[in-house]
Amino acid sequence: MQKSRVPLTDERLVQIIGTLLRVGVLLAAGVVLLGGIFYLGQSGSTLPRYQAFRGEPADLRSVSGIIRDLFSFRAAALIQFGILLLIATPIARVLFSLFAFFREGDAIYVLVTLFVSCLLIFSLVGGGI
Amino acid sequence: MNIFELTLFIWFGSLAAGFLGALTGLGGGVVIVPFLTLVFGVDVRYAIGASLVSVIATSSGAAAAYLKEGFSNIRIGMFLEIATTLGALVGAALAARISTATIAVIFGGILLLSAYLSSQPRSLRLSHLPPDPLASRLRMDASYPSAEGPKPYHVQAVPAGFGLMFIAGTLSGLLGIGSGAVKVLAMDQAMRIPFKVSTTTSNFMIGVTAAAGAGVYLNRGYIDPGLAMPVMLGVLIGSVLGARFLIRAKTRILRVVFGVVIFVLGVEMIYNGLTGRL
Repeated sequence: MQKSRVPLTDERLVQIIGTLLRVGVLLAAGVVLLGGIFYLGQSGSTLPRYQAFRGEPADLRSVSGIIRDLFSFRAAALIQFGILLLIATPIARVLFSLFAFFREGDAIYVLVTLFVSCLLIFSLVGGGI
Repeated sequence: MNIFELTLFIWFGSLAAGFLGALTGLGGGVVIVPFLTLVFGVDVRYAIGASLVSVIATSSGAAAAYLKEGFSNIRIGMFLEIATTLGALVGAALAARISTATIAVIFGGILLLSAYLSSQPRSLRLSHLPPDPLASRLRMDASYPSAEGPKPYHVQAVPAGFGLMFIAGTLSGLLGIGSGAVKVLAMDQAMRIPFKVSTTTSNFMIGVTAAAGAGVYLNRGYIDPGLAMPVMLGVLIGSVLGARFLIRAKTRILRVVFGVVIFVLGVEMIYNGLTGRL
């Protein structure tokens, strides 16, 4: 069942990127909404503390920490996971473009998207430079 | 006021900001930080964290819709994203190293600039410019749809546009905004790209720029889930409604009103920054 290779024109690339962005944002918003409902149930009646900056606890600051907390069913971690999905959406868009330019054999734009991908991944795992 | 009430207030305010931002084309992100800091006394760092998250959501959502129309130029966008993401990392690094009062004053300055730019009539010059060697080599020249069929355009001044994009990225990472106004300025004024191509391509780039800043903010603990949740959902829903409503609304008066609001917020931010209240 070999599929024939559909030529990946710029028009098709644009279509796929549009779908990717829409699905990513909807998915992220759904997860944040679900997390938000649990969060308000868990801590809706407590008092906010946003006047003074303390910074988030370490486990809500990193990709691995957020995913670990998901399994202990913390509502805040579920919201944070939704936000991670949201940050991942443009990153996925750049990675997909990298793949598409590679298939097109467009060397300049392979380098361009590769460089931007590296910067984005560095920003997420670089420990807050 | 407990968290439940505060969340509702912030959600509703963000909804209004997103709605007006989409309707006027000025973006909702730019009023979120003043709204959170001046009205609710939220620390500037939490405010820029929540704002930047909402910027990714709205720009990615809108970009998906714009891509279908065929104005966005993805090659221009992706090339200039080198400059905006580098700038965003520099801006986010700066945000941790300067005082919140300084951030507030710079923010106020950008609000005043946005208010001024929104009062300027958009340029409608029709120019037939010769191809630029660098832009041709980067395959940036394209055409956009119009009533009389596809109209080709030639991109100019790539280095100048690149430099301005670096500044736009820095402001995005420093202030938690999309800085669409500076991006459009770079493409429309410096690179002489047609206005509709500039605005849609700018929107396309904002998500990637904001994601670079947001990654750093997340690692540094600026993104609070309880605060980012109502802001993101509010601005996102508001901007979707605003874009729907846009087709029927007369936006000229709204633009003036929103421009005045932005101007007043800018003065407030500068005043509160200088007097050390933020």
